[in-house]
Amino acid sequence: MTYFIDRRPNAKHKSAVNRQRFLERYRKHIKRSVEEAVNRRSITDMERGEKISIPTKDISEPVFQHGPGGARNIVSPGNKEFLEGDKIRRPGGQGDGGGAGEGGASDQGEGADEFAFTLSREEFLEFVFDGLELPHLQRKPLKSLEEIKMVRAGLARDGVPSRISITRSMREAYARRIAMRAPIKRALKEAQEALAAEERKDPVLRNPARITELKAEIERLAKRIEAVPFIDTYDLRYHQLAAQPQPSSQAVMFCVMDVSGSMTQNHKDIAKRFFLLLYLFLEKHYEKVELVFVRHHTAAREVSEEEFFYSRETGGTIVSSALTLVDKIIEKRYPAGQWNLYVAQASDGDNWDDDSNICRDLLAKQLMPQLQYYAYVEITPHEHQSLWHEYEAVAAQFPERFAMRQIVDAGDIYPVFRELFKRRLSQTR
Amino acid sequence: MSVARKPIATGSDWNFSVLERFDEELARLADEYRLDTYPNQIEVITTEQMMDAYASVGMPVGYHHWSFGKQFLAVEQAYKRGQMGLAYELVINSNPCIAYLMEENTLMMQVLVIAHACYGHNSFFKGNYLFRTWTDAESIVDYLVFARKYIAQCEERHGVHAVEQLLDACHALQNYGVDRYKRPSPISAEEEAKRQEEREAYLQTQVNMLWRTIPESSAGASVLPGSLHSDEDPLGLHSGGSYPPEPQENLLYFIEKNAPLLAPWQREIVRIVRKLAQYFYPQRQTQVMNEGWACFWHYTLMNRLYDEGKVDEGLMLEFLQSHAAVINQPGFDSPHYSGLNPYALGFAIFMDIKRICESPTDEDREWFPDIAGSPWRETLEFAMRNFKDESFIQQFLSPKVMRDLKLFLIVDDDQTDMLEVAAIHDDRGYRRVREALANQYALSVREPNIQVVEAAIRGDRSLTLHHVQDNRRPLGRSVYPVIRHLQQLWGFPVHLVSMEEGRVTRRYHWPIEDDNSDASQ
Repeated sequence: MTYFIDRRPNAKHKSAVNRQRFLERYRKHIKRSVEEAVNRRSITDMERGEKISIPTKDISEPVFQHGPGGARNIVSPGNKEFLEGDKIRRPGGQGDGGGAGEGGASDQGEGADEFAFTLSREEFLEFVFDGLELPHLQRKPLKSLEEIKMVRAGLARDGVPSRISITRSMREAYARRIAMRAPIKRALKEAQEALAAEERKDPVLRNPARITELKAEIERLAKRIEAVPFIDTYDLRYHQLAAQPQPSSQAVMFCVMDVSGSMTQNHKDIAKRFFLLLYLFLEKHYEKVELVFVRHHTAAREVSEEEFFYSRETGGTIVSSALTLVDKIIEKRYPAGQWNLYVAQASDGDNWDDDSNICRDLLAKQLMPQLQYYAYVEITPHEHQSLWHEYEAVAAQFPERFAMRQIVDAGDIYPVFRELFKRRLSQTR
Repeated sequence: MSVARKPIATGSDWNFSVLERFDEELARLADEYRLDTYPNQIEVITTEQMMDAYASVGMPVGYHHWSFGKQFLAVEQAYKRGQMGLAYELVINSNPCIAYLMEENTLMMQVLVIAHACYGHNSFFKGNYLFRTWTDAESIVDYLVFARKYIAQCEERHGVHAVEQLLDACHALQNYGVDRYKRPSPISAEEEAKRQEEREAYLQTQVNMLWRTIPESSAGASVLPGSLHSDEDPLGLHSGGSYPPEPQENLLYFIEKNAPLLAPWQREIVRIVRKLAQYFYPQRQTQVMNEGWACFWHYTLMNRLYDEGKVDEGLMLEFLQSHAAVINQPGFDSPHYSGLNPYALGFAIFMDIKRICESPTDEDREWFPDIAGSPWRETLEFAMRNFKDESFIQQFLSPKVMRDLKLFLIVDDDQTDMLEVAAIHDDRGYRRVREALANQYALSVREPNIQVVEAAIRGDRSLTLHHVQDNRRPLGRSVYPVIRHLQQLWGFPVHLVSMEEGRVTRRYHWPIEDDNSDASQ
């Protein structure tokens, strides 16, 4: 007795719960691997999974086993040369390598290798954002720069000759011709009938004057019919274009970071998370996101991502140098009319004292009018310095588009974003 | 033999109606060979579903635990990197006998798998004494459903973490959760659920009874209300003597019945793990026989199909190729060697039994006077029904198979510098090789022999176990994590003593004691 059942349509992912349990249990290990991966990878390269390795001994499921040592008998196949009583050197030296190979049992127990598996993209991101206490990222509408795009919008009576709609114009003309000729034709017909009736009369009774009159009338009407123009200016129809505002689909994100001596690698790692978060968010919103890395100490320079995060510099700090550079880059490469401009700045709050008010002026007058958003994070547990206070003034001036936060550790990063989303959301309503 | 070939189907594509027709033919042939099987339930599944099935040890339903997730990730990783092909089939000892077939399999593979699993393994499950004794094919799926529900309920009530910890501890001991001598009674899930409630109440009274004696001897312990009725002391604990009166090999059973602090639901979970371990217990002891038997039958049935012209030459060639791969046994020095292949060994022995029955040589008559020349089908059935790997090899491994596989015995003694070849496949060595190989499959040799010898019910409530050592083989490093788990279940200190020939060789304690002198109490 046999039953065949096609189970293929059944649910897959039967192991999903167990998989989650496993990930949960080894959260610490996995997080460490993910953190390493985040530091290693480029910001633009976060949207894929990651291979994770955990030392086998950390995840073993212990059972009572025989350890190495003592005397054991091993039966193996494939004897070619041995005779009873032969002595053989131990393979693999004298270490604690177990017996000559007790089959499957021993290489599971003490193996030094790693348990490797692959995190899916979603799981990877979840771990990336784990320390950030991030709720589910939702696509919320950001107000974007609006670009005017012309779209076809029906027909109009006026326009340029190149946009004439010939079929519609001809149709209008045809209708007009019918309309204009109809009363004349009717009058013509009447005149002809009257003339015919007159001519059918007895020659004695004919009124020659009337006949002449009618003939003249007929001739005049025929001329009028011919005079109706085949096409007239007001027959013409033009394709119409309407100006429609379109959200721009490209954005550029400037990452600005202080790389003076006071910024440690730890600061930079936190900053990287912050930039990463903003990037992921923008990436969800725009079709194309470009990244520009600007780092500065006393002078600013545009650099590659690698250099941005990992090379060290020393020296003082002049923030305005970076802002000036950003402004120049915008002017040269990212005209504000075509790009959504975002600036994210990370710093430990240090700045050359006289420079801070320059920064404020630069921001308030030059940059802010062009930018969609400016996010500033200060990674420091210490007192705020002049830069923060000057920025507070800017924030007061542009409450919609300027966010600033102090970050002590990675967990503080998220509130900056929450603020960003919330405000934007209420604005669009 | 020249037969007009009327193959049921050709090519490598299959569909359900073709499979059904093949199954009819196989069923007819199996019937001719008097193979006694459960009804078959053949389920076609996808690769992913096969990985799921792998991860849950083939159980169609299982409770949730991280270790199954680990298993799944390991399988997935190995499969994706192409290090491992998935099994073509997976079969579950249940009634009806559930077999999973992968949709990717070719027509030949599906037919092979049906022959192998649905007639080979199936008849083994139904016939072999270990399966008949230890498992109950009727109720296993029900029981799994019950277990899953119960554990999910516990997770809801007591938290996932608490349940997980308990399961970790139980899993560490699951190889020691088998009653080797008593036969369990089969019951259905409904009954199980009903009984489980009664048991909860009853078990607790049992435990209380056992521990009730404590106040008498240890002054500080809390006195249970209404205790000290010595006429209610069926265990005779007041009269002295140690508990348990005899060493207990079933550690999980002992824990379930005697651990003083476990809550009723915890005892039930211990029981679930124990029951499932018991279900898998025969499989661990009959791998060679089970696979050998299934290979023997797929080989026999496929050849019959060919002889009757039901399959074409192409399919048969494909079959022979994959059959050869399955029963391939690389030599010990081959880079592909990973121990003895149970398929190869089992298949060789069963084929050889048939040969001994049909055309015995003088050697066979000397070695197997009982079966040489006997009807092969009956002899094979007898061998399948009444043995496990250990005794099967001891009984039926013939000199010819030893010669074919070129088996040899090495003694690896850590007190000597060199390995010694103790016996090879010659007249002087056959019996030693066979004996050693049989031992290699004996669970009692493969796994350390550990038993509970005393629960100090009048003292500090500590639990003492003995490890009976043989050939100076010590316990592996995993012993500490395991006794830590044991201690978590028991709730009081655990001592494990390794003994060889009555002499203590090593002591393990959890919690680890500061004192190294280890004076026994």
